[in-house]
Amino acid sequence: MGNHSDGPPTSSDAVAKAGRKEVDTFQDPGLPPHRLRLADTDPKAAKRAERQVAWLFVISIVGTLLFFFGYFGIRLDDTTGTLRIQNTLLGIGVGFAMLGIGTGIVHWARALMPDHEVAEERHELRTEEDRLAALKIVDDILDETGIKRRPLIRNTLIGAVALAPLPAIAIFRDLGPLPGDSMRHTLWKEGERLTRDPDGTPIKASDVTLGSAFHVIPESLNKLESGKLNEKAKAVVLLVRLNPEDLHPSAGREDWSYNGIVAHSKICTHVGCPVALYEQQTHHLLCPCHQSTFDITQECKVIFGPAVRPLPQLPITVDAEGYLVARSDFHEPVGPSFWERG
Amino acid sequence: MGAWLTMSAATETPFEPSTSTGRITNFVDERVGGSGMLREFGRKVFPDHWSFMFGEVALYSLVILILSGTFLTFFFDPSMAETHYNGPYVPLKGMEMSVAYDSSLRISFEVRGGLFMRQVHHWSALLFVAAVSVHMLRVFFTGAFRKPRELNWVVGGVLLILSMAAGFTGYSLPDDLLSGNGLRIIDGVVKSIPVVGTYISFFLFGGEFPGTAIIGRLYMMHIMLVPALILLMVAIHLFMVVIHKHTQYPGPGRNDRNVVGYPLGPVYAAKAGGFFFIVFGIIAFISALFQINPIWNYGPYDPSPVSAGTQPDWYIGWVDGALRLMPGWLFNIPMEWEIPFPWGVNTLSFNVLAPALIPAGIVFTLLFAYPWIERWVTRDNREHHVLDRPRNAPTRTAIGVAGVIFYCVMWAAASSDLIATHFQVSLNDVTYWLRALFFVGPIVGFIVTKRVALALQRKDREIALHGRETGRIVRLPHGEFQEIHAQLDDYKRYKLVGYESPLPEEGIPNKNGIVTKQENLRSKLSSFFFEDRVAPAAPSELEAGHHHEAIESSEDNKAITH
Repeated sequence: MGNHSDGPPTSSDAVAKAGRKEVDTFQDPGLPPHRLRLADTDPKAAKRAERQVAWLFVISIVGTLLFFFGYFGIRLDDTTGTLRIQNTLLGIGVGFAMLGIGTGIVHWARALMPDHEVAEERHELRTEEDRLAALKIVDDILDETGIKRRPLIRNTLIGAVALAPLPAIAIFRDLGPLPGDSMRHTLWKEGERLTRDPDGTPIKASDVTLGSAFHVIPESLNKLESGKLNEKAKAVVLLVRLNPEDLHPSAGREDWSYNGIVAHSKICTHVGCPVALYEQQTHHLLCPCHQSTFDITQECKVIFGPAVRPLPQLPITVDAEGYLVARSDFHEPVGPSFWERG
Repeated sequence: MGAWLTMSAATETPFEPSTSTGRITNFVDERVGGSGMLREFGRKVFPDHWSFMFGEVALYSLVILILSGTFLTFFFDPSMAETHYNGPYVPLKGMEMSVAYDSSLRISFEVRGGLFMRQVHHWSALLFVAAVSVHMLRVFFTGAFRKPRELNWVVGGVLLILSMAAGFTGYSLPDDLLSGNGLRIIDGVVKSIPVVGTYISFFLFGGEFPGTAIIGRLYMMHIMLVPALILLMVAIHLFMVVIHKHTQYPGPGRNDRNVVGYPLGPVYAAKAGGFFFIVFGIIAFISALFQINPIWNYGPYDPSPVSAGTQPDWYIGWVDGALRLMPGWLFNIPMEWEIPFPWGVNTLSFNVLAPALIPAGIVFTLLFAYPWIERWVTRDNREHHVLDRPRNAPTRTAIGVAGVIFYCVMWAAASSDLIATHFQVSLNDVTYWLRALFFVGPIVGFIVTKRVALALQRKDREIALHGRETGRIVRLPHGEFQEIHAQLDDYKRYKLVGYESPLPEEGIPNKNGIVTKQENLRSKLSSFFFEDRVAPAAPSELEAGHHHEAIESSEDNKAITH
């Protein structure tokens, strides 16, 4: 390595470390002697390298032809098989076309072009003379503007420049509406039927056998003209049936389930992934994104993972025809927490 | 630029080009003065080392990204309007989906070469971020960030962030199930920001998640804003490389005042230029043979389904992993707090905010600040153009490895479910172990790395002083067996001994004779950096060693300074 201690005198603040002042260090022997390659001494080897480079370029030409064969020769139909073949041919064609050129050039450079390492001096990044000249220019410029002598101009300019970017921020106001209370409401309301996701067929309480799970959307979702995904992102519910004695409803929630059938929001209270995995034996719900685990028997309390709040429960009952319906909307906002949630 | 001036002064005798190429070149030269530039750069010397190619890979994959990305923009429609699929892929026929997803499917199934271009674009994106990362690791571990290159290190850090931004905005565009879920997570993280989170989320998505605006907005960022910033940063980056000239590895004949390597023309240009085609060719082969992001398997975005075992692109993994590692409840204490204010109760989701901000904050703060930290501790204000071998800066290398482990634990956590299913272990246990590793791993990594680096230095010393083992065993007249060591030549030895091993420094009193608290801290950090050290072998030791061998003492008397 270069002897770092003998820098230019300008870096006088360089650390003078013990040991470095001793002369007991190895002297740089300079660049090692150049070693000739086979192709430098043997014309046959040089000729061979030349032919190898040419062959690599020929391989590239073949690759390009292969691309055209794949592009025009393969007709895409309704199967993914032809697509796969075409993609492979195009890729391998381009691959050979490029690698042929690349390896050819590199081989040419390594085997045939001169491989003498040369040393070049580094130049000072900036000379002290330049620095002084630049400093003088800056001083002159500032002096000519008179900004130091005229504080009124300076101060009003600072004020103007500080304010001027504000419109550039304000103009983005219309990127979206204000949240309002939209995050506190979903499509669920009293009497709203629980229907299957995605076809929207209503669910009879008698269809929900012990241990089964249903992915549920509100009945009115599929009738929406627009904003379906927005509503769905808040309203999706997971419906499961447990033995009624396995449920441990807290005070005030005793009538939120029906015959052991409970409905919980499917939107994770962590960052909003659908909590789609139901473990039948343990009655646990697992979020596949970040592994938050909720225990249905304890009102979907978090038993593992990064979520804090339980999945909100949707109060349900059955209507006169025996279909499951909501008793009301969720009693708290669903999904990830937000500052105004309270 | 000095060459420029001399050129313009030397245009007294008019130059008469003889060939047509010469005439065209001369035409251009007379108008833009290209010969000055060619004189300056045509034979500029570039050092050569395999580890310098990571930056090249990054640059070339960026070029390939721009080429393939431009192709894709001709066919992609970033609209979130609803449509029904009507293309050739049977399983999705008639399904309701966004126009963006529909056009992504069209690119895959109906545009010839479209799938190939998607594959090339995605693979080169993965490679781009990887190459930028590995390049930064190379720069860190070799100390290439030291004066005068600190600012270029910062530019590189900005490029790393931009490359992740480019990747993430692109990942979200096809509006398939996976990308939608990724956005869902972003929305959840944004909403956890105190005070303004909900507003930012509503402004970003144009209302409630997912809305109908986000794909178009991300598209603008992905094809215009982020690439423009990347290109600007790359331009600054390369400009500074030219100003500084490239660093070089230590070795005989190389020092801080010269640069040893091949001239740009022809050898270096041929190697670097040829390497572009090699990178392109390898990406093409990968794209031909390995499927990436088969969006048709996932279906359109729907907030309800999600498939288990889904993974973000690798470079987002560490943030996702941090989200997974954070416990929501710590010994029955919730990590989300409802804070009563005079105006009402507000919610602070520390369980989301902390993993999203703190690890990334630590990594990037240390990354950007490190050159200045080291400069302050070592008080080393000299220019460094010769790199350190990582073993010759044991503490820095250990810090780097600790950082890599910190990152990789989070990265592994993003696959905690796959680790659990592949190795048939409990998912919860995997998470508990990774939580422990998150804290312990970097410390163990630091200690082990530092010891390994010091051991390698001792080995270098041993070889420099006693030569390399030849494997030849000889029996001496008195019956002793010895292995013959062959002395190194001067060039090889210089590579092993030509480094600097600073000593820890006491705090320096200021002009009032007081060692300030800051200076005290610096002195402590200096000990932390340089307390354990292996001094480079010195000629006197070599001399003593020869003498030592001459009197045939079999005692191995390695004198190693600690």
